[in-house]
Amino acid sequence: MSARIGIVTFPGSLDDADAARAVSVAGGKPIALWHGDDDLKKVDAVVLPGGFSYGDYLRCGAIARFAPVMTKVIEAANGGMPVLGICNGFQILCETHLLPGALTRNDHLHFICRDQKLRIENTSSDWTRDFAPGQEIVIPLKNGEGGYVADEATLDRLEGDGRVIARYLDVNPNGSYRDIAGICNERGNVVGLMPHPEHAIEDLTGPSTDGVFFFASVLTSLLSGARR
Amino acid sequence: MLVARVIVDVMLKPEILDPQGRAVQGALGRLGLSGVTDVRQGKQFVIDIDGELDDARRAKLEQLASELLSNPVIEDYRMTVVNDDEVGA
Repeated sequence: MSARIGIVTFPGSLDDADAARAVSVAGGKPIALWHGDDDLKKVDAVVLPGGFSYGDYLRCGAIARFAPVMTKVIEAANGGMPVLGICNGFQILCETHLLPGALTRNDHLHFICRDQKLRIENTSSDWTRDFAPGQEIVIPLKNGEGGYVADEATLDRLEGDGRVIARYLDVNPNGSYRDIAGICNERGNVVGLMPHPEHAIEDLTGPSTDGVFFFASVLTSLLSGARR
Repeated sequence: MLVARVIVDVMLKPEILDPQGRAVQGALGRLGLSGVTDVRQGKQFVIDIDGELDDARRAKLEQLASELLSNPVIEDYRMTVVNDDEVGA
């Protein structure tokens, strides 16, 4: 039986359908979750998709953090369930403090949409296990508030613990400190990523099919019992 | 009826880059204001509350100011209670 991967839809989510499709392409069973429900429908992992949530009023992810479904997601994440936050999902994970730091307005103030080269720096997290160490990939990036910031001590700790999972290559598109594109928590089950792997799963529509690895990785993690 | 007004000012921490403030600073210069050395952009919440602002509500406000209205990772907040009789009709 294939793993059940929940995808939360918030008011304003844009990429929930693509995330569901990416889960299917990787071989998982996508399960739709609703922000207003406090039911995770027995899923094995959760994706918080990109787009917006609650108008991104206050700060991106600040109100979504208190959505009924998030109480359950936080509980499950603390229990070890794999959770991937993409773009707005990454912002939500930072607001919940499941991940350290915050995402701020791009330093150049422009919304950016481009195919972005990344280097995968951690292949032990639940969402990056299927990559080769140091693998370079190209997936779309689209954000207005994607600048990753944290204090120096936090950045040093992330680097020291190998918790920077992906870094921008060639160009830093949004002013993220230390070119950070994605990070994970200590346990490696919670991952936040600013670029969009779910838009890079098929040659017809994406710049590559590199994005599939993230979704395949979590299936590997769940099915092989590779998880810590 | 007692009415309390609470003002919460939220500002990015000094060490966090404020690109919006920087853009405003540039505009001020272009529009003829010389000598501007820095602009920081923040948010102000004006919260009116019916009834007495007792200790429990004050504590709840402090909690929500740091959990919802601001993100302590990047922002500082300052909470000011305006005296009841200063709240305009």
